[in-house]
Amino acid sequence: MKIPSNITTLIAGIVLTLVSLWYGQNHNLLPEAVSEEAPLVDGLFNMMMTVATGLFLIVQCVLIYSLFKFRKRPNDPTDGPPIHGNVPLEILWTAIPAVIILIVGIYSFEVYNSMGGLDPMAAHGTMAHHSKMSGAAIAATLTDETDSPTTNNQLALGVGASPEEQGQNPDLNINVTGLQFAWIFNYPDSGVTAGELHVPVGREVKLNISANDVIHAFWVPQFRLKQDAIPGRETQLRFTPKIPGTYPVICAELCGSYHGAMKTQVIVETPEEFDTWMQSQIAANQENLNQAVAVNPANMSNSEFLTPYAQEMGINSDTLQQLHIH
Amino acid sequence: MTQLQVTDSANLGNTAETNTGGDWRKYFGFSTDHKVIGIQYLVTTFVFYLIGGALAAAVRTELATPDSDFVSRELYNSFFTIHATIMIFLWIVPAGTGGFGNYLIPLMIGAKDMAFPKLNAVAFWMIPPGGILLLSSFFVGAAGSGWTSYPPLSLINGQAGEFIWILSVLLLGTSSILGAVNFLVTLLKMRLPGMGLHQMPLFCWAMLSVSALVLVSTPVLAGALILLSFDLVAGTAFFNPTGGGDPVVYQHMFWFYSHPAVYIMILPMFGMISDILPVHARKPIFGYRAIAYSSLAISFLGLIVWAHHMFTSGTPAWLRMFFMIATMVIAIPTGIKVFSWLATIWGGKLDLNSAMLFGMGFVSMFVIGGLSGIMLASVPVDIHVHDTYFVVAHLHYVLFGGSVFGLYAGLYHWFPKMTGRMVNETWGRIHFALTLIGFNLCFLPMHKLGLEGMPRRVAEYDPKFAGLNLMATVGAYILAVSTIPFVINAVWSWMYGPKASANPWKALTLEWMTSSPPPVENFHEEPILWTGPYDYGIDFEEEGEEKSVEELLAEVKVDVG
Repeated sequence: MKIPSNITTLIAGIVLTLVSLWYGQNHNLLPEAVSEEAPLVDGLFNMMMTVATGLFLIVQCVLIYSLFKFRKRPNDPTDGPPIHGNVPLEILWTAIPAVIILIVGIYSFEVYNSMGGLDPMAAHGTMAHHSKMSGAAIAATLTDETDSPTTNNQLALGVGASPEEQGQNPDLNINVTGLQFAWIFNYPDSGVTAGELHVPVGREVKLNISANDVIHAFWVPQFRLKQDAIPGRETQLRFTPKIPGTYPVICAELCGSYHGAMKTQVIVETPEEFDTWMQSQIAANQENLNQAVAVNPANMSNSEFLTPYAQEMGINSDTLQQLHIH
Repeated sequence: MTQLQVTDSANLGNTAETNTGGDWRKYFGFSTDHKVIGIQYLVTTFVFYLIGGALAAAVRTELATPDSDFVSRELYNSFFTIHATIMIFLWIVPAGTGGFGNYLIPLMIGAKDMAFPKLNAVAFWMIPPGGILLLSSFFVGAAGSGWTSYPPLSLINGQAGEFIWILSVLLLGTSSILGAVNFLVTLLKMRLPGMGLHQMPLFCWAMLSVSALVLVSTPVLAGALILLSFDLVAGTAFFNPTGGGDPVVYQHMFWFYSHPAVYIMILPMFGMISDILPVHARKPIFGYRAIAYSSLAISFLGLIVWAHHMFTSGTPAWLRMFFMIATMVIAIPTGIKVFSWLATIWGGKLDLNSAMLFGMGFVSMFVIGGLSGIMLASVPVDIHVHDTYFVVAHLHYVLFGGSVFGLYAGLYHWFPKMTGRMVNETWGRIHFALTLIGFNLCFLPMHKLGLEGMPRRVAEYDPKFAGLNLMATVGAYILAVSTIPFVINAVWSWMYGPKASANPWKALTLEWMTSSPPPVENFHEEPILWTGPYDYGIDFEEEGEEKSVEELLAEVKVDVG
């Protein structure tokens, strides 16, 4: 039985499309999406995965088919057909990628805008937290070195408010500081400082990210969000956590010998749990502040000043020793 | 087919001069012969490739288990830093441009040598000191800030090693610039009379694009590194935030070179593949002009996409959008090339020797790297996967699956020309199979690792990633083993392999129209352009049989003259 070749091609095309569509949705390559913005990124990724699967299959099938079908027969000294090109075909395979990248480009732009990447007003908020820091001596010490004039009057660096929330203040501001090799989270409204990030579910959170020593990068894979912490600059991330749970906070930019160990976690919890945690932190912090009154922080080096906090964060003298060596 | 035989003997002339096989000592001296320099480049860089590969094996050994338990964390950081530096500056760039560029360009355009032979030798002799300097830095604590060497980390992380790293890269960069000047002048000024730009083999077009790219971008890297060295040793604060400097400025300067460097590392292989596939598929290249111009387009676009390496860094939103679109546009000329190669293979008569297998492997693997590249260009996705193993997977698909497969294809294809001996095809095929399996086992799982949340450049990782990492380590070991058959095969064939004829592949480009290996100054007689570089499939069987070589020669000389 002889099946006409254009029917075979048609069937192959349909199968290829179906496989691509299926794999684009079922690749199972991404971790859980737990913020309101994360599913947007996943949608974009899935769409690109669908297109990529299709193109991948076309190229590999052509190669493998050629490997068998167009293999040189023994004792055949002749050449293949002298075809030098085909202008319509070449226009077609220039136009198809052009259309694909146009669609991917527009889709990416839309997703980036919905996430808040294009928020032009984000710069207004970046300096605000400095004035609210009265109770948080530690944050002031940590950001002293980074208070260079370049921080002012800059465009937003990072991901700002989504279009619906632009111009509004976030529900919760948190100052995030990266240093070799830990993250420190400071809640300017309450003065609480912690080594873990606690955020209430369903509230819009804004992280003001800075670094003390070298460049770090704040990354929560489940939020699909990453932003470098750059010494001398301030960057930000705004997001709304959606699903309670504990997720890793990872440093994604090489920051020295213990870069791989620079991890903590973000705990997304219900607003009630978050308030309870906050109260217990305020109480604990109060004690520390009382102790701190006895000494003048100005006379202390950063490491001396940070020691009590480091202990609170679970860093013992051994690890500190190692850190100082490196 | 007779046409080919005719051309062979015509350009060989009546000179009975046999090649003595060459005095091996010339390869260790200051030779100005472009063929000697080309082989010097290839052999030297291959030795560095093995060293870089050993470092990669050490990195994968550390990552076989989730804990940091093989080497100290500082040494681990130095390992991957020096691994990347060697693979880029001492293997792919000098092997692709310096090695194949030097060996092939004068032969392909019918010239006796490069435009500036002494400069050429000087450029090569900067490579060994640069490499030895880099390796010697292990004695003082090698650089460990990644090959990107971002300040402020690079300023506080082992100053001696970092300074040696800067000196070494400056030396290698200078060598690259000298090479590029030479290629550009040779290609533009020394072509055979009658060979227009559009009669050049496509490798020459690729080298034209690469040389322009090297000349525009490499000086910027030199500038960035010199400023970095001032910060390092003279206490200036160009990039040091504690003195009011801006580390993001370094990133811009660094990537202004280092993104084009990606194209410096892949365009020569694009050119080689465009020359290898038609020969072994016995079919003209499909869309000569499209492939030639797309090299130029990639070269230009490559200059305006650098900030896509900085989407999560200090780049404002509008900049991120501009660089996203510019990056995606590169998919168009690259797609043209890939589809043209497929169309070249389609309907041909494929001789599946080692060169062809690596050539097809190149297309197959490079496409995967290209597709993940489009995903990385999209800002929202890049924010998630930037600096993760997804990027590690992507760059190795482009630079190993692309560039190194391309280099192997080139080595197998031009081995008879370079050495005058045939390579053993069976061991070549085993080498290909091992490389393909090891490579995919090593780098395919890394896509998932990165998407799931494993950052790059870490010595330890979450135990939940242990399975895929072990798989990658096994793949890396297979890759390491795969070089053994190649090295033995190449050395053995070079010494004892069957003698190669002038044109064992029946190819049409000019380098095959002289003896294997070619004599000093390349051609026994002034070469004549008989045919286009890709005019396969035209049979002169009847005509050729009737006329003698002399008659045909006389005819053509009248035409040309």
